Amino acid sequence: MTPVVDVQESARRYVAEFEAFSEDGGGSAPGWLSERQAAAMARFAEVGFPTTRQEAWRFTDVRAIAQKDFVRASAPIGRVVSPDAVDAFLLGDRDRYSAVFVGGYYDEELSSVAGLPIGVKLGSLASALETHGELIEQHLARYTTHDNPFTTLNTAFIDDGAFVFIPRGTVLDRPLQLVFVASPESDEPSVWHPRSLVIVEREVEASLVESYVAAGGGSYWTNAVTEVVVGEGARLNTYRIQREDGQAYHTATTQSYQERDSVYSCVTFALGASLTRHDINAVLDGEGAECTLDGLSLLTGRQHVDHHTTLEHAKPHCTSWEYFNGIFDERARGVFNGRIVVRPGAQRTDSKQTNNNLLLSERARADSQPQLEIYADDVKCTHGATLGPIDERQLYYLQTRGMGQDAARNLLTYGFCGEVLNAVTLDDLRRQLDELVRGRLAASVQKRGTR
Amino acid sequence: MLEIRNLHAGVEGAEILKGIDLTVNAGEVHAVMGPNGSGKSTLAQVLAGHSAYEVTAGSVTYDGRDLLGMDPDERAIAGVFLAFQYPVEIRGITNAYFLQSAINAVRKARGEEELDTLDFAELLEEKLKVIGWDDSLIHRAVNDGFSGGEKKRNEILQLAVLEPRLAVLDETDSGLDIDAVKAVAEAVNKLRSPDRAFVVVTHYQRILNYIVPDHVHVLSDGCIVRSGSRDLALELEAKGYDWLREESAVV
Repeated sequence: MTPVVDVQESARRYVAEFEAFSEDGGGSAPGWLSERQAAAMARFAEVGFPTTRQEAWRFTDVRAIAQKDFVRASAPIGRVVSPDAVDAFLLGDRDRYSAVFVGGYYDEELSSVAGLPIGVKLGSLASALETHGELIEQHLARYTTHDNPFTTLNTAFIDDGAFVFIPRGTVLDRPLQLVFVASPESDEPSVWHPRSLVIVEREVEASLVESYVAAGGGSYWTNAVTEVVVGEGARLNTYRIQREDGQAYHTATTQSYQERDSVYSCVTFALGASLTRHDINAVLDGEGAECTLDGLSLLTGRQHVDHHTTLEHAKPHCTSWEYFNGIFDERARGVFNGRIVVRPGAQRTDSKQTNNNLLLSERARADSQPQLEIYADDVKCTHGATLGPIDERQLYYLQTRGMGQDAARNLLTYGFCGEVLNAVTLDDLRRQLDELVRGRLAASVQKRGTR
Repeated sequence: MLEIRNLHAGVEGAEILKGIDLTVNAGEVHAVMGPNGSGKSTLAQVLAGHSAYEVTAGSVTYDGRDLLGMDPDERAIAGVFLAFQYPVEIRGITNAYFLQSAINAVRKARGEEELDTLDFAELLEEKLKVIGWDDSLIHRAVNDGFSGGEKKRNEILQLAVLEPRLAVLDETDSGLDIDAVKAVAEAVNKLRSPDRAFVVVTHYQRILNYIVPDHVHVLSDGCIVRSGSRDLALELEAKGYDWLREESAVV
């Protein structure tokens, strides 16, 4: 058994690929970007894929990704997805604002950006590099760190993804939607590294829905990174729906940076993929900033999800709330690591973290770990975690109201989802997710009945 | 409607009920009183079907059926309702959704058509009107963050919606101020009917000023030591429980 060597060998494959990639795209990427990409690749070459010997990866074994020969999608060619297939994943009707990406690349035909308010940009990062180069230079890969090898890999292979820019004071009347459609070629495992940058200027009010979906099955790996900048006094609600194919791998980082008095929320749903690792890092770097990170994982079979969140309170008087619920059936497994960092001087920090895990089978498993690093003395940080099967008292209570075992279990599981679903303030989206969740629960009850 | 004969029951091997006999007819209100630890709540839970309580002897017949052989949900479908002493909180589910799910589970089991959201809203409005309450509890998560009084009111609201034939109220009055006791009692009075029976389990006589019982039973150390009319409750109020305990010890 020499997994470490295997992992390093697979890393070398990406190093070689990077050389070809940078020669290929060397002409189009601006110098500053090439430098950041080269630095990221150098870091990846140094550390390789993580192993379970590393603390941050203790419960998540990525060898399945490291050992597979994924072919990087380098253009949308040959990956045609019908508008109808995408429609099911979108909210609203014709007047929607949506940017659709197939295999990591922007698809103009499938997108709908007509009628956007003046100055608002929604579209391809590759195109925006030409039109908004200076602005992007200030932000792209400036918030992400080199701590996570998957993030560095994404940075190294930046080629396309979403670019969102909302200028000062804009109030959007409907959400911006980003849909990343996986459309794997059937014969070879594919990988894409979609990179997105969301810049929200001061006093904006907007919501953003980011979905990772599959049009057709097959073996593929999505390695996504999204950077979000929330300007002074701006309010941005984001929703991230991951419903990849059940065979897929999904690694991702959501990195946000907030200025003073800004309000940012990220409600994330992990509903698909066989292996998910999602790092959510939020930096509150201005007084009075508020951040909410909520999450719902609903997994079965042998699915695995690992959420690593970091809330970094860098300035005083900031508030953060975190509420992650996980539901694991059969042999599914969940990992939650919630890190809260309070920097020196970040007095009056108020941070609350909750992680609840519902285990629907004896073979399901969940690990929860809070990690508090507090370097200020006038702060309020609380955390709590629960883990276990459905509460017998609740089950009995529902039974005395006429519900059978299955119906009662189902309703309680739904309630567990409801705690996070209720955080979705977009009615259309909540309805869509509600349906999705109910469908899943009904299917799992049916399956249990036949077991 | 309900025939309890020589009921012995306990929890984890400890016998709590030591031979209860009780007959409740449709339309009647029975009060079961007794000091703490006398077995009042055990009796209520045994009637509802809590699996932690083991029945070691005796029988309970409800509408001619063997109640003890039925699961808790079957009992509910047959029209038995327990208002919990400590109602359970369920986060993430609104009261309205919970009530609709409950009534539809019952209707489905009875072969009746399920109510859609609109029909249910109508029914709910009608029931609230009957008991004279507003809809302030309806859109909140079930008992989540409710005050003691709100939780008890919520039990009565469920009673109103589910329309049981036999309603057991387990210390619904405990911990409530007098206004809340009155509100609960008034609602219960409006739900009294010739084909519905109530068993009001209580530690205090106070609620019986508002829900006037047809029969009063005193439970002590797992046995009914005395049964009588409403006057018995008043006597207990004046004298406390001790004289009964002494009396039964002599017997």
